[in-house]
Amino acid sequence: MKIAIASGKGGTGKTTVAVNLALSIPNSQLVDCDVEEPNCNLFLNKELEPIASSKITVPNIDEELCTYCGKCSQMCRFNAIATLPEKVIIFPTLCHSCGGCILDCPEHAISGREKCTGIISRSADMEDHPRLYEGVLNIGESMASPVIKELKRWIEPDAVTIIDSPPGTGCPVMTTLEDTDHCILVTEPTPFGLHDLRLAVEMVKIMNIPVGVIINRSEEGNLIIEEYCDKENIDVLMRIPLNKRIAELYSQGIPFVEEMPEWKERFSDLFEKIVNEKVLA
Amino acid sequence: MKICITSRGTDLFSQCDPRFGRCPYFVIVDDDTMKYEALENPGPLAEGGAGIKAAQALTALGIDALLTGKMGPNAFSVLNAAGIKVFTGIYGAVEDTVSQYRQGQLDLIEDATTSAQHG
Ligand code: SF4
Ligand code: SF4
Repeated sequence: MKIAIASGKGGTGKTTVAVNLALSIPNSQLVDCDVEEPNCNLFLNKELEPIASSKITVPNIDEELCTYCGKCSQMCRFNAIATLPEKVIIFPTLCHSCGGCILDCPEHAISGREKCTGIISRSADMEDHPRLYEGVLNIGESMASPVIKELKRWIEPDAVTIIDSPPGTGCPVMTTLEDTDHCILVTEPTPFGLHDLRLAVEMVKIMNIPVGVIINRSEEGNLIIEEYCDKENIDVLMRIPLNKRIAELYSQGIPFVEEMPEWKERFSDLFEKIVNEKVLA
Repeated sequence: MKICITSRGTDLFSQCDPRFGRCPYFVIVDDDTMKYEALENPGPLAEGGAGIKAAQALTALGIDALLTGKMGPNAFSVLNAAGIKVFTGIYGAVEDTVSQYRQGQLDLIEDATTSAQHG
């Protein structure tokens, strides 16, 4: 069972939900796919050890063979190659590894070379609960998806997996959501929150993944998200109130289920509900 | 000397444009005769790496200097490799930027002024 926690934009409390949910499910593993800014371990303080690196293939040009015809630059829609009158410059951080330039070079001057773009780490203590997996995109790199793909290869298939997705609705989020069983979207009860939620719901529906919503910083009497979810037939799975105790624990970097056992129960019920739905579906 | 200026329009009286990768035109001026020509910048059509695309378009034209507002490291490395000097800090009309250049009011850059654009 893989449950992804996502949100249309950053700062909605996605990571808080992921961490608290993972802590509330026995034997679960937590996978931090927000590789540009992995935050889960800020709340968990686990000792991690590197286990793998993500690699992409970028072009390598043999200038002896190159005639500076410029075909490779024309073909690359990311402009990762510039052809000058007597020089070719490659910008590996812009390369999407499509391989097009290699095929298009009439002189066969381009070959592929491997380049490391990120590091995958895991809890050093295998008995840890939840066992944490984390990917970090190297500084200066811009392609998050290959790191996320490599990270997901390490997920143990039989354990319950909670995945903290990157924010937004871009390519890295889609890579994260691929092959998950359920997606929980975390949002706030504001017009901005609703706007971003709509975009996220559209994306998840296109990917055909069952979806539920958690309202963070929920306020009594504010029904903006509920009204939308009603119309779209989406379950509101949980409301996390604007609560002083929760905010305090958050600011101290303590997952609130650790200090407020009633919430551990709520998260565990929520998980049961998602599992039951899957069994019925 | 052939000087290229990032511009909003196609002649000497157009407003200059401080952006490099995404300015609509380049105006190329011979600063001895003040003869000029304009060139459309291919950068704005790029999905990513606009600065690289724009810089590459300039490398085959025999330009000595480029005057603009600011420039990212990728575009700079292309122009630098082509031996084109880059000056930043232009304002006003294209014509004015040539005087700013002549009077030494612009900054010659050895390094880029804005960070890389990820695409
Ligand atoms: S396509 Fe091949 S020969 Fe042409 S510029 Fe690129 S590397 Fe050189
Ligand atoms: S592999 Fe694709 S993205 Fe990378 S430089 Fe070649 S054409 Fe561009």
